[in-house]
Amino acid sequence: MPVIEVEELEKSFGDVRAVDGIDFSVQEGEIFGFLGPNGAGKTTTINVLTGLARKTAGSVRVLGHFYPRDLRRAQEGIGVVPDGSNLYPELSGKENLTFCGSLYGIRKEERERRAAELLDQFGLSGVAGRRFATYSKGMKRKLTIAAALIHRPRVLFLDEPTSGIDVASARQIRRILERLNCNGTTVFLTTHYIEEAERLCHRVAFIVDGRIVRVDSLNLLLEEVGDDCSLQFAVGGDAASAREVLSEVFPSHKASATGDGQLLLRGERLDDIIPAVCALHDAGVTVQEVRLLRPSLEDVFVRVTGIEAEEMTAHRGGGS
Amino acid sequence: MNVWIPFLSILQKDMRAYYLKPPNISWGIIFPVAWTLMFFIRSGGDVEIRELLPGVMALSVLFGTTSMLAVTITFEKRSRAFERLILAPISLPVLLAAKTSGAIVFGIINSAVPLLFGVWFVDLSAANWSMVIAAVVLIAATSTFLGLMIAVSVREVFEAQTFSNFFRFPMVFLCGLFFPVHHLPLFLQPLSYALPLTYGNDLLREALWGGGQLHPLLSLAALTAFSVLLFYISLRNARRRWII
Repeated sequence: MPVIEVEELEKSFGDVRAVDGIDFSVQEGEIFGFLGPNGAGKTTTINVLTGLARKTAGSVRVLGHFYPRDLRRAQEGIGVVPDGSNLYPELSGKENLTFCGSLYGIRKEERERRAAELLDQFGLSGVAGRRFATYSKGMKRKLTIAAALIHRPRVLFLDEPTSGIDVASARQIRRILERLNCNGTTVFLTTHYIEEAERLCHRVAFIVDGRIVRVDSLNLLLEEVGDDCSLQFAVGGDAASAREVLSEVFPSHKASATGDGQLLLRGERLDDIIPAVCALHDAGVTVQEVRLLRPSLEDVFVRVTGIEAEEMTAHRGGGS
Repeated sequence: MNVWIPFLSILQKDMRAYYLKPPNISWGIIFPVAWTLMFFIRSGGDVEIRELLPGVMALSVLFGTTSMLAVTITFEKRSRAFERLILAPISLPVLLAAKTSGAIVFGIINSAVPLLFGVWFVDLSAANWSMVIAAVVLIAATSTFLGLMIAVSVREVFEAQTFSNFFRFPMVFLCGLFFPVHHLPLFLQPLSYALPLTYGNDLLREALWGGGQLHPLLSLAALTAFSVLLFYISLRNARRRWII
């Protein structure tokens, strides 16, 4: 059952069309990734879906409620984590959570119980009484997510949830999102971290310059780049002569030296190239390290959009 | 959903976070006290104090409410905390009513300061207290909704302050607070009657010592109409500017 249905959605700011006629739907229980470079229209889309922005044209239906007519009804069932913090710096962590709970009509005892539960879940019980302004960036991010969960939303929107925070906090947030999803929460996630989308999402939409260029399940997207795989070797001694060994033994596969003492051998199937380790050994080359490189969502993204991963953060610049 | 839960929670949060903070309490007390003392010292006589009291009360409410509301909303918009309110399943009229209720309460508290000074020096035994309460509440409401209109129209805190003064300072001279409206040049008098504080001040004068120039029902009706109009304009602008 779709919980988000978007048809021909357009959003313009003056002459600038930030979202240009996009269509997609999100099924209940999915983790749906909205992937694109900065300025692609991710935040604008999320703003329209959550009620922070008004659509210019098209149809939006969330949890069965049409926008803008039934926006408030839909808002009862959604939680939103924006790309920055939107909590009150002068309130404590606990006060922020209970206040957010009250905005959804939750009674005092219930919201206090729920706040304690979330603070515990996010590892913030020890700082519950501290003012939000004094929290670290990772703590602020976690509390902002907790605040979006206070009313047990059916759909959780997250805009760049792990952007700019430490590795440990990012890992904890990803684990929490996976756990939430296991418990039935639908997650709509925008990110420009391709690996994050690959790790979390069931389906992904690529958005570039306000247009969706591809929507598919992660499996189907990865199938597109086939079983292509590569072996990366770190060798002792001359990498160029080691590359010649590989070119002789595997004439139909592409072998290349990367210049930093590393070799790369590409093949269509792992079985075809795995004997390269023995071949190098037999030729007297010291193999110090071998890594298997599988096709990733990044390869699919580059193939579909023509944008290199490094360009993701530089593209057009700024949020959208 | 029971809308009273978010309504009361926003009110309580604003009172605690902004209005009852020591610096703001001092603003709410020192400002009216300074005004009151200034005019008491200047007048020195019972009659003048009685005449000045309604104007000082009205002014305390006006300055307290417009400053606080315009600044707090602009501050929350800048820090994005206001987004949290827009994302909640609360209708915009309820949200605005909740945000303004704290300022209205703050304005009412402000008005009590010069009044408490007044009862020391002036015999107010003949005052119509229900009319005083109605006047203070309506002045607080119109001033707050004026602050709301300003808050909706600006982006920065300093803009809110500047814009507030653009409305407030002319009111000090045009609304009959320190000299009657009919003493103003003829061409300025219509402007006086286009400002809500003229009616608030006149109603307070009538309520405290029977010195009003207008019929109390006219003042009550005008203040109510100003409240509705300012709230409506703010609501319409908020719909256009906050949900882009």
